[in-house]
Formats: sequence, structure tokens, C-alpha cells
Amino acid sequence: MSNHTSVATSTSIIGSSTCVLLIARNAFREAVRDRVLYNLVLFVLLLTAGAIFLGELSAGQETKIIIDLGLSAMLLFGVFIAIFVGVGLVYKEIERRTLYAILAKPIGRGQFLLGKYLGLCLTLLVNVIIMGAGVSLALIYIRRGWDPLAIKIWPAIMLIYFELMIITGVALLFSTFSSPALSALLTFFVFVIGHFSADLKSLSSTSNQVAARLVFRALYYLLPNLTTYSVITPAAHGSSPDMQSIILAVAYTIVYSIVLLAVATLIFSRRNFK
Amino acid sequence: MPVIEINNLTKDYEVGFWRKQKVRALDGLSLTVQPHQIFGFLGANGAGKTTTLKLLMRLIFPTAGSARILDRDISDVSMHARIGYLPESPYFYDYLTAREFLNYCGELFGLDTSVRNARTEELLTRVNLDQKSWDRQLRKFSKGMLQRVGLAQALVNDPEIVFLDEPMSGLDPVGRREVRDLIAALRDEGKTVFMCSHILSDIEVLCDSVAILKGGRVARSGSLEELRAQETNAIEIIATGADSSALKQVLSAKAEVTSTPSGIRIEVADEKDVDSVIAALRKIGGKLVSVQPVRQSLEDLFV
Ligand SMILES: Nc1ncnc2c1ncn2[C@@H]1O[C@H](COP(=O)(O)OP(=O)(O)O)[C@@H](O)[C@H]1O
Ligand SMILES: [Mg+2]
Repeated sequence: MSNHTSVATSTSIIGSSTCVLLIARNAFREAVRDRVLYNLVLFVLLLTAGAIFLGELSAGQETKIIIDLGLSAMLLFGVFIAIFVGVGLVYKEIERRTLYAILAKPIGRGQFLLGKYLGLCLTLLVNVIIMGAGVSLALIYIRRGWDPLAIKIWPAIMLIYFELMIITGVALLFSTFSSPALSALLTFFVFVIGHFSADLKSLSSTSNQVAARLVFRALYYLLPNLTTYSVITPAAHGSSPDMQSIILAVAYTIVYSIVLLAVATLIFSRRNFK
Repeated sequence: MPVIEINNLTKDYEVGFWRKQKVRALDGLSLTVQPHQIFGFLGANGAGKTTTLKLLMRLIFPTAGSARILDRDISDVSMHARIGYLPESPYFYDYLTAREFLNYCGELFGLDTSVRNARTEELLTRVNLDQKSWDRQLRKFSKGMLQRVGLAQALVNDPEIVFLDEPMSGLDPVGRREVRDLIAALRDEGKTVFMCSHILSDIEVLCDSVAILKGGRVARSGSLEELRAQETNAIEIIATGADSSALKQVLSAKAEVTSTPSGIRIEVADEKDVDSVIAALRKIGGKLVSVQPVRQSLEDLFV
């Protein structure tokens, strides 16, 4: 009997992870068909314009500027997608009632949410890889030959991707209980404040008022510390993050995303769909 | 052994933004549905039909009460593998084609590729969706076409119970007939169908048993014959050429006499009184126009 139950449990776990992947693949398909990846065209245009402009300049700083420009644009385009697609992931399904038929299938709400999240993460991954390849090619083009920087920028690109995963999770969490506009605004605040994590920490010890100090401390611990991922400037100077900080960033991303999704699932599982 | 058991199900909606008020949409609903039959859930707009189905599908949560489907509590969503659901005015992913959407649904039920492809084509044929539309994106579909896709997706897993919320809405008369035939065929295959409707004629020709919902409660339930038996046996007699007050005196308690532009209308509660009314009528020189049963339709029961 107990054997039976364990078999049943394990197959349902396998089945449930398949469902998550199916939902993720469908979310990816939606992003592609809704032309989310068209932002790549804009990115390539920007990069080409930059490269041509730098060709005129040629002050020995071209590689630095092209990396700075390329990776910053990658982050901003990525954040834009993470926020605007992220806040609509669940909201649109509720509003259009497309999730009625889906949740009437043997699928848990947590699985649905996780699948949606992974689908957008996949979209962002494709986006980031294509953009990264664009920057590498631009470097080779400017140098009129091989440049080791074309490889050395990839750890920094990886960290940018991790930051986007966090932002996606934040957008998804907000959208489980608030409107898309408000969720987008809040996520944008988290993105900005997250880059000033160090300042929050110092404010939490230097502020005059106790209440203010507590607020700053709470924000410091609650909001993601996005400075972990800020390696664009060092990357532009040709240095890539060391192994230790990469491992730290990976661990931080995993833990923080799990917490975000757990809270989002908790809220989403209690919702009544109008 | 019932396949659906609803026990005292109650749902309050919160409305209003600032001052939240509770609106009771379902008020202690209890009913059971037996297997292998078509169960009609009938009620006017706003009676609570959609609310009931959303509660059963776990899209909203009850304020009180419980329900079981196929002997499992509705909170156990693994039971969804054995049921199908057509939402009210359904809308599906508009970036998918009909074929892709059905395939996706099949995947979510864990069907193998070959089964899925065959099932998809079989169902799209079965709901009479024009083959030219199979590979078109759903954003280009009319309401009636979406309704057909909705029916097909509710049947992808060959379910034991199918829940249909207003399955005929958005369809033209031919479409209604086709869907009616489809639902009857589902019963013949041994499935249980739980269908909501606010249109009596849709239910009347199909359902083995019916519950009439009024203000979130079951007003009547039973088989159609049982409900019909509860209808009045009253007979209406129309006559002319007689004085209605004289007639009233003669008949007194036996019948209700009213004068209408087309003559005198006499309503008796039972058929056995008809003869005496006609005899009385003759006596005072009246002329018989018609004798017919009073049709209080089921419709009167829920509006
Ligand atoms: N999301 C909601 N919020 C507030 N009230 C609702 C909501 N959904 C339904 N109602 C109310 O609940 C009652 C029952 O609605 P519904 O179940 O849709 O009826 P039916 O499907 O029988 O037409 C109605 O009075 C309706 O106004
Ligand atoms: Mg309804």
C-alpha cells in the first residue's frame, strides 16, 4: 500500500514538472508571437549606429564604449520586457479569462505561476544571448579581428540575466495582487532602489530618526540587492567578475527567486478569479 | 451513487471599492447529480449558475459549504483529469490556432502525441468547426466558433463528467441543433453532462433531470416529468353570450370567472368540474368557444 502511494506520488511529481514546462513553453510561444523579441531589431540598430559613430572617433576607447553601450542597453531592454511582460503574465490571463479553461485541467495554481515565470525567463534568456552575441560581434568588427573581450564579457552578461530573473519575479509577485500599472511602477522602484542597496544600509545606521532607521533597514533586507549584478563598468574596462562573486550571485538569485515565487504562489492560490 | 454532490454551498461576493459590501450569490445550495444523465441547471440571469460552476472548478472559493465530484473533494484538483469544463462565453489564447490550442490542452492532460493529434482532429470535426479554420489563430474566430473550440477542449481528455456553462450561447439555430445533438451523444457514450442555461427550451428537450435555481437557491428539482406533474391541472374555458355576474353566482366556489374582450374566461382547478361548468353555461344561454388546459410552463417557475 505504502509502495503504491510512493509510486503515485513520484509519477505525479514527474507529471507536474512536465506541466510546468508545457506552460513555460506556451508563455514563450506567446512572447514570440506577440513580437516581444522585436526589441532585438532596435538593439542591433543601436549597436550598429554606435559602432559606425565610434569608427569615426577611434580614440582607443571604442571597445570600452561599445561594451558599456551594449550591456547597458541589454539591461534596460531586459528590464523593460521583464516589467511590462511580467506584470501582464497573470493579469492578462485573469482579465481575458483564458486561465479558466487551463485551471480546470489537472494543474495547480503554483505550477501555473512557475510555468509562466519560467516562460518569461526563457524569453529573456534568448533575448540576452542574441544581444550578447551582437556585442561580441561588434567588438570583433571594431577591432577588425579577434578580441578576447568578445569572450570575457560573457560572465557579466550572465549576471545581467540573473538580475532580469529577479526583476521578473518581483513583477510577477506584484501582479498577483495589484493592477498592472501599479505593479509596473512598484517593480521599477524596486529596480532603482535595489541598485542603491549600499546606500540603504548606510542610511539605516546614520539616519537621525529611529523610525526612519527601521524603515531603511527593513527595505535593505527586503528588497533585492542588485549591486551584486552591477558589473557593466568593470566589464567595460576589460575585467570580468571572479568565480566567487559569480557563485554568490547564482546562489542569491536562486534563493531570492524561490522566496518571490513562494510568496506569489501563496497569494495567487487564495485568489478568487472574477 | 451520485457523481456530483453539492452540500450547502454558499458564496458571498465583495463589491464596492471603499466600503466593501457582501452580495450573496449562492445561498446554501445543495444538490446531487446521478451518473450517465444530462442534468440541467436552469435559472434566470444572475441566479448563480456560473458562480456554482466556478466554485466547482476551484476558480473561486466558497464562503461556506462543500462539494464532491467523482467522490473527491473539489479541492483535489487531480480529479480534473476526469472532467471537462466549458466556461461561459469562453475566450482562449488568441495567438494559438484551434489545432494548437487543442494540442496544448491534450498535452496538459499528458496525452501522447499520436493520441493527441487524432483526438484534436476528431473533436474539431465533431464540433463542426470548418476545416479551413483549424489552422487559423483564435483571435480571428467569431463567438460561435470559439464556443465550438470551447466544447472541443472540454472533451479532450474523454471526461466522465462535462460541465457546460451556457453551451448554446453565441450559436445560430443550426449550431444550437448541432450542439444539442452532441450533448445527447455524450450521454449515449455514458458521460454525465451538467449544463447551465437560462433558456428552457434548450434544457427541455435534453435533460433527464433539472434543478431550477432562483436567487442562489434551488427552487425546484427533479426529473422533467416530476416538475411537469407539479404544474397545474387547471382548465380554461372561454365562452360568449352569457352574463359573467350571473355565471359567477351559479358557479360560486367551483371556478374563477373573469370577463375578457374575447368573452368570459372560466378557470377550473380540476378537469372533473368542466362538465358542470358547461352545463351551467348552457342553462343561462352562453355559447362555448373553447376548452383547453392552462399551460403553466416551467419558465414560469424561474422567472
Ligand atoms: N465577480 C463578481 N463580483 C460581484 N458579484 C458577482 C460576481 N460574479 C457574479 N456576481 C453576482 O452574483 C450573482 C450570480 O451571478 P452568476 O453566477 O453569474 O449568475 P448566472 O450565471 O446564473 O447568470 C449575480 O447577482 C451577479 O451579479
Ligand atoms: Mg452565467
